Amino acid sequence: MMVRGAAATLVGLTRLLVGARADWRAEPSTQQSLYFANHSSHLDTLAIWSALSPEQRRVTRPVAARDYWDKPGLRTFLSGRVLRAILIERRRDAQAADPLLPVFAALEQGDSLILFPEGTRTAERLPQPFRGGLHRIAEAFPQLQLVPAYLDTLHRSLPKGSHVPLPLYCTVRFGAALAREAGEARAAFLARAHQSVVTLAGGERKASA
Amino acid sequence: MNTQQKLLWVFGGIVALLALASAIGWLLQRRKGPTEVIRNLNARVNAWWAMVAVLGACFWLGPIATLVVFAFISFFALREFITLTPTRAGDHKPLAVAFYVLVPLQYWLIQQEWYGLFAIFIPVYGFLGLPVLAVFAGDTEDFLERVTKIQWGVMIAVYCISHAPALLILNLPGFEGQGALLLLYLMLVVQISDVMQYVFGKLFGRHKLAPKVSPSKTVEGLIGGGLAATGIGTALWWITPFTPLQSALMSLVIVICGVFGGLALSAVKRSLGAKDWGSMIEGHGGMMDRMDSVCFAAPVFFHLTRYFFIG
Repeated sequence: MMVRGAAATLVGLTRLLVGARADWRAEPSTQQSLYFANHSSHLDTLAIWSALSPEQRRVTRPVAARDYWDKPGLRTFLSGRVLRAILIERRRDAQAADPLLPVFAALEQGDSLILFPEGTRTAERLPQPFRGGLHRIAEAFPQLQLVPAYLDTLHRSLPKGSHVPLPLYCTVRFGAALAREAGEARAAFLARAHQSVVTLAGGERKASA
Repeated sequence: MNTQQKLLWVFGGIVALLALASAIGWLLQRRKGPTEVIRNLNARVNAWWAMVAVLGACFWLGPIATLVVFAFISFFALREFITLTPTRAGDHKPLAVAFYVLVPLQYWLIQQEWYGLFAIFIPVYGFLGLPVLAVFAGDTEDFLERVTKIQWGVMIAVYCISHAPALLILNLPGFEGQGALLLLYLMLVVQISDVMQYVFGKLFGRHKLAPKVSPSKTVEGLIGGGLAATGIGTALWWITPFTPLQSALMSLVIVICGVFGGLALSAVKRSLGAKDWGSMIEGHGGMMDRMDSVCFAAPVFFHLTRYFFIG
């Protein structure tokens, strides 16, 4: 009860602050999915989670960094109970086991996931090259729908180093699931996944144009 | 008649008009089916009910509630403006100040009836302070363009819109404490002008007024709607300190400023690459799509009234 109330509050607050309107450029996915997006602020996870439909949200868990979300108090409550986040280790020295093991476990249970394949936040509007984790997940789960998403204003709302979020309206654009190509090389796959997010970003409206 | 009774009469009239509009929309939908135009018409009418309800609640609750509601209108309008503006990380500080300091401060100055500072705070201290806040980020790329757009957004969405509720503190001799009627008068004439231009345009529109800037505006809509709104404004002279002739002139000024505001802000919107400012008000687009005429009409009406009627 408390968890459901907290979830509704969290979605409401996120929508109030940054809009988080969903713009589906393709049919919304109904199967087990992995939503992957550009990563530019601490609000990204909440924005995608809030943009999903209630049915999708119920089965979707974000993959998040342990060093940010595993702080005692509110963050642990939110990440553990409300978002049911899969916390993974980013620091190399702490990675005793394979950091993706909990991700694989969740996928085997049938959960859908939210993942930021860049691994870290960038201040730019376009994502940096993707790291290899997305490819390993795709290889291990050939039936998984890989749905690209683009967050359009959050790099301006809460750029790295700032603490006060600006209340700009963020639209979360979801694209069509990536087609699977048998025998595709790792680099080619990652480039194609990256391109699918860049395509959703569209052209920039230059400040001076 | 006292202020309360006048407010009641005018709101009664608005409710009657909206009921008529809803009935027409319902009949049209039954006769011709839910076409695109009719669906949009009905969405607009429904949104009008909601907007009138909010405005009515403001007047009922008093000046503080009115100021709070207009502060939120400014906040949402600025949000839409800045969302469409490609700002950079270096603009974060001036933007945070614009949203979280300038908006509340401007409305607090009205609440304090501090006219001297209300009238200059954003044009002087905001204008000069925003680039100063931006310069410390050390990003010179497109600096002038970026700062200008923030200044523009703040001037239009905060400064200009705030002149509408500032009518509440215009204590005109012989008209003390009746500022709410002036605010109602302004909002009615502006919005009826928009509605009538839309209606006349849909019924008789042949010649496009400015196809590139605002494709739905027509010459027939402008003239018919403008005259109708001026007529209605004139007929409302009894809620204002104006004579019927003065009320006609004031309404005409409000209508003309509203048209100019609609056109100029439509051009701004298109130069930012958008068709609607947002999606907040069903059928209308965003907050700025509904407030664009008010942005230009409110400051001019405020200052004309203040200049000619303060005694």
